[in-house]
Amino acid sequence: MDEPADGPLRAPLEIGFDYTRSLGPVLGRFLTGLRDRRILGARASDGTWHVPPFEYDPVTHQPPADFAEVGPKGTVITWAWVPSPLAGQPLDRPFAWALILLDGAGTALLHAVDVITPHAIRTGIRVRPRWSTDRVGSIRDIECFEIVGQNGHMEPTLTHDHEVTMLAAPIQLRYEHTAAPGEAIYLRGLAEGRLLGQRCPVCANVYIPARGTCPTDGVPMAETVELAGTGTVTTFCVVNVPYPGQRVQPPYVAAAVLLDGADLAFQQLILGCDASEVHMGMRVRAVWRDRSEWTTSAFNISHFEPSGEPDAPYESYARHL
Amino acid sequence: MSTAADVAVVAFAQSPCEAKGDGATGGVEMLVPIFAEVFAKTGLTKNDIGFWCSGSSDYLAGRAFSFVQAVDAIGAYPPAMESHVEMDGAWALYEAWVKILTGDAEIALAYGFGKSSAAELNRVLALQLDPYLLAPLWPDATSVAALQARCGIEAGRWSERDMAEVAARSRASAAANNPRAQLRGSTTAAELLTQPYVADPLRENDCAPYSDGAAVVIIAAAHRAGELCARPAWITGFEHRTDTARLGARDPLAAPSAKLAAAAAGLGHQHDRVDVAELHAPFSHQEILLRQALGFGEDVAVNPSGGALCGNPMFAAGLSRIGWAAQAIIAGQADRAVGHATSGPWLQQNLIAVMTGRP
Repeated sequence: MDEPADGPLRAPLEIGFDYTRSLGPVLGRFLTGLRDRRILGARASDGTWHVPPFEYDPVTHQPPADFAEVGPKGTVITWAWVPSPLAGQPLDRPFAWALILLDGAGTALLHAVDVITPHAIRTGIRVRPRWSTDRVGSIRDIECFEIVGQNGHMEPTLTHDHEVTMLAAPIQLRYEHTAAPGEAIYLRGLAEGRLLGQRCPVCANVYIPARGTCPTDGVPMAETVELAGTGTVTTFCVVNVPYPGQRVQPPYVAAAVLLDGADLAFQQLILGCDASEVHMGMRVRAVWRDRSEWTTSAFNISHFEPSGEPDAPYESYARHL
Repeated sequence: MSTAADVAVVAFAQSPCEAKGDGATGGVEMLVPIFAEVFAKTGLTKNDIGFWCSGSSDYLAGRAFSFVQAVDAIGAYPPAMESHVEMDGAWALYEAWVKILTGDAEIALAYGFGKSSAAELNRVLALQLDPYLLAPLWPDATSVAALQARCGIEAGRWSERDMAEVAARSRASAAANNPRAQLRGSTTAAELLTQPYVADPLRENDCAPYSDGAAVVIIAAAHRAGELCARPAWITGFEHRTDTARLGARDPLAAPSAKLAAAAAGLGHQHDRVDVAELHAPFSHQEILLRQALGFGEDVAVNPSGGALCGNPMFAAGLSRIGWAAQAIIAGQADRAVGHATSGPWLQQNLIAVMTGRP
């Protein structure tokens, strides 16, 4: 995070996860067809062939009974030009999205059409699918559509002995995360080796990390308060479960630490003693990483360790449990 | 079924719509000032609110349970009765309305917020499409709308000039009436038509901007509304409907769910004149489509606020439309007003609130 000293703190955030979806009988059949270079439609109660097929009839709500192969050629019924494709789209060069009415179908399929300029496409133009080389049972098994008349030949349909039943859909999203102004006070304090909280003008409670607004009263915080790096373990748990990306070898202790002068405990890692020695009321202090590593990040505090002071009396933290 | 007016809108506020605000995705900084605004208008405090409901999205915020952060703005102590919808705040208002009708609350506050600048919105919105056959292609929301716009142009339902006129009128309205709009000012359709396409046939001015912002509406049961507002906006009909997620099976030039919701909410009676309609149209042609679907003639003032085309905070723009329609009644500028909210591609989901100045 680097920004002007008083501006908002912003940082990139990338999120990636895969949805794994079971397809059910209708979409499974449709995507099995695409894998084998067949495009299947289903007949609705009004006689319309739906492509892609419906799972339940729009009128009778019954599953489809009749499936048949349509296309593969079709007609563009509307289109939009994409001058700058986004990540994940079927083509990485300018292309057109189109709704395509495949021959024999009564509903349209959305897909990309590979044309190099918007002048090369129009409503009514004839297109056909360009099949992907690696087909797994996905709408992406059609790489895109292309104008009929371009070079190319019709590829034969195939037959496999297993049905496609699952779809893996990877999601990658990018964000620019902005720290709230209250959070920014806390993070900028950390960059200077200071622990900054804020006091509510109504209830007078001190919250750390600083959070801008009092969660009890819903009003803006008024005063920034610097706290020492010492506090009391109010409660804790021993982590015994390993998980991917874990930075400390289990067993270790995650504790709620109530800093001296604060009215809300926050979660911290306790090291410097055996996990079995950590207890409620234990006095602890912050262990900072080397100053050269400090940034506007909670990473600056490596962990908390026992301070060696006598335990805090239960009454001193009872109301924070 | 629309009910008799048992519930009324008593206050509305919206935050400034900004291209990129300083606040966090949690919405707290946008919400605290507008909560204060509606409390000042009504004389209420947070402890008078019997039910809170919010609309926002984790996909937009890029974090799980992002709406919980916003609860800081409530000051939820003593514990508050609170709920959330992963929808525009207009649907949160619907839940709040139901809550009052069931007798569980007398006064309810609905809010919506979105920090659209945090995400690549055109990619995030691809994830609201059918997850099996559409989302894996990552169709961007602008292009999907462009497919619909072209259908209308080629069918003679509207022209690029008609669309530019909607955009120009919206900015003029925002300049006149809405200091918290993002786009305001004087321009002409001819001037806008000289701009390049962003997704042929859509130009930038045909597409609602991405905005950071929030909105809040307070509603109250009949026996409380009068003490909170001199001229409450009585809700006489409040309905929402949806169309299929299978885009290619829809008629791009019809908005059946908007018509159904409007009919159910009691719109369409000849003798019930509509003075103001705030239509949530994220694209210029969708305002024309909605006007046609709802049968609004030239006598209906559409989007005096400037509409979503002048400020489009995700998850708050629909609630703002209802708020602006209610405000026209509260301010005595309208006797009957319609607030509309939409979600999904091609106006897939539609919500209609009909309000009058008389209980």
